[in-house]
Amino acid sequence: MIEFLQQLINGLAQGSIYALIAIGYTMVFGVLRFINFAHGDVYMLGAFAGFYTAPKLMGLFGGGPSYAGAALVLVSAMSICAVIGVLIERVCYRPLRQHPRLTVLITAIGVSLLLESGGQYVFGADPQAFPEIIADAAIEFPASWGIFSTLTITIGQVLVVGSTLVLLLVLRTVVLHTRTGMAMRALSLNPMAASLMGVNLDAILSFTFAIGSAMAGAAGVLTSIQQPSIDPLMGINAGLKAFVAAVLGGIGNIPGAALGGLLIGLLEALVVGYVNPTYRDPLVFAVLILVLLFKPSGLLGKPEREKV
Amino acid sequence: MSAPILDVRNLSVSYGAISALHGISLSITKGQIVTLVGANGAGKTTTLRTISGILKPTAGQIVFRDQNITGLPPHKIVARGIAQAPEGRMIFSNLTVHENLRMGAYLRKCKKEMAASMDQAFAIFPRLAERVKQEAGTLSGGEQQMLAIARALMSKPDCLMLDEPSLGIAPILVRTIFDKIVEINRDIGLTILLVEQNANLALEVSHYAYVLETGRITLEGEPAVLRQDPAVRAAYLGG
Ligand SMILES: Nc1ncnc2c1ncn2[C@@H]1O[C@H](COP(=O)(O)OP(=O)(O)OP(=O)(O)O)[C@@H](O)[C@H]1O
Ligand SMILES: [Mg+2]
Repeated sequence: MIEFLQQLINGLAQGSIYALIAIGYTMVFGVLRFINFAHGDVYMLGAFAGFYTAPKLMGLFGGGPSYAGAALVLVSAMSICAVIGVLIERVCYRPLRQHPRLTVLITAIGVSLLLESGGQYVFGADPQAFPEIIADAAIEFPASWGIFSTLTITIGQVLVVGSTLVLLLVLRTVVLHTRTGMAMRALSLNPMAASLMGVNLDAILSFTFAIGSAMAGAAGVLTSIQQPSIDPLMGINAGLKAFVAAVLGGIGNIPGAALGGLLIGLLEALVVGYVNPTYRDPLVFAVLILVLLFKPSGLLGKPEREKV
Repeated sequence: MSAPILDVRNLSVSYGAISALHGISLSITKGQIVTLVGANGAGKTTTLRTISGILKPTAGQIVFRDQNITGLPPHKIVARGIAQAPEGRMIFSNLTVHENLRMGAYLRKCKKEMAASMDQAFAIFPRLAERVKQEAGTLSGGEQQMLAIARALMSKPDCLMLDEPSLGIAPILVRTIFDKIVEINRDIGLTILLVEQNANLALEVSHYAYVLETGRITLEGEPAVLRQDPAVRAAYLGG
């Protein structure tokens, strides 16, 4: 029972990472109807943005681990990734707007390969140690908690889940309660109608890429707090898992992506804890196949209504 | 005749290799309802979409309030004062009625004026007022058309374009919709470019009309005159 709770906690922390990445897949799919396969690599770039900016930014707060410094690193990685995401859309995808979706999809795979090889060239192929931006340790529980005091919850895990929650709430507010968020929803429902209302489609697309990429950048830093070994190919696996999460939740549906991410994280933890760690990845992809077979619109997605 | 508010000059548009409009010219006089009638595939929707900036013409000019707006992107054309309720309504089905109307006012800054426009829209279409919180996709076809028109009005346009407002609507409601169009034109003084297949009704409410046939304007004139034209009677008015 306590073992189960422990797995849930581990799964929640990993699931938060997937949720943050999955949101970018789903938001871009919502407005452009294609899978941005380079998105997992933006997550990797987020980790490296943190890696390179941390020494300077942490220095502002004495150099050692500090929450203020960590927050600054997080925000800077998010900003850098937002800019990268906007550039990717503008340079690689926008010129193909009038082309078949397959062309854009293949381009996305190309961009992904470019970022991975480019990453290896610029950052080096070997894993690097992410600086310690917070003092991560297991939280001590009083012995009076009895059996619960044997749970291992790290500060890193709490921060990851907490930050994810905050980011999701901010995103929710932006999407549901701002003019730009409303334009984004309108655009995803009917781009032509949105442009007839005066929506500048290019601006909203840039904004969508910025938000999605910032979320992935946050995930890159938050992951590195827990697993401080980063490398230029770290986005492949995480990106694929997050993609599965987005499909599971219903591609195009933002709460669905968050839910899907958490579920995939939990599934992984349970498989690792109770089945066999080697089955972790195959089972996640089995989920993808099952979803596509039995509920292609995902858990929260609505079946695409035929446009008249 | 006074100077036109919207002047389309020798406009040609093609879809790839297929040419849809072959140099059409239209003049829309301020304050009038002008109708463009034509059979399926004549190029009516193509005309409106080009004026709205969604399609780029291969030749010709669009002049609105004495300014050349040819080739501007759609959002800039809305900003200049041309709104469109498109064919098939294209309401945002997952957004509420209220959100749809706010989308219509997307470019407007002043909250107060926006609220005034919304009151005005509700005064014209009281049915929408009863359904503000409802998801637009759950409205009936007629209500969706009312919403599409109200939404276009929310930008406070100087020229409103309506693409087949009677399409797919119960016959009794078609009459209501046309009464509203007349009311909007008369009470707000709004210039309207109306596209219709239902030529009978359209000619009845409009001040001037053009007949479009396979990408060319073949006839134009006062509705009363066109209705006497044997060719028009045979082709559009059921003999
Ligand atoms: N996206 C497109 N690609 C290629 N051809 C098109 C496209 N849209 C319209 N056309 C062609 O352009 C011509 C004019 O079409 P348009 O939709 O403007 O006609 P319409 O007068 O609005 O007809 P309807 O009354 O059926 O709405 C038609 O021959 C049509 O087949
Ligand atoms: Mg049409």
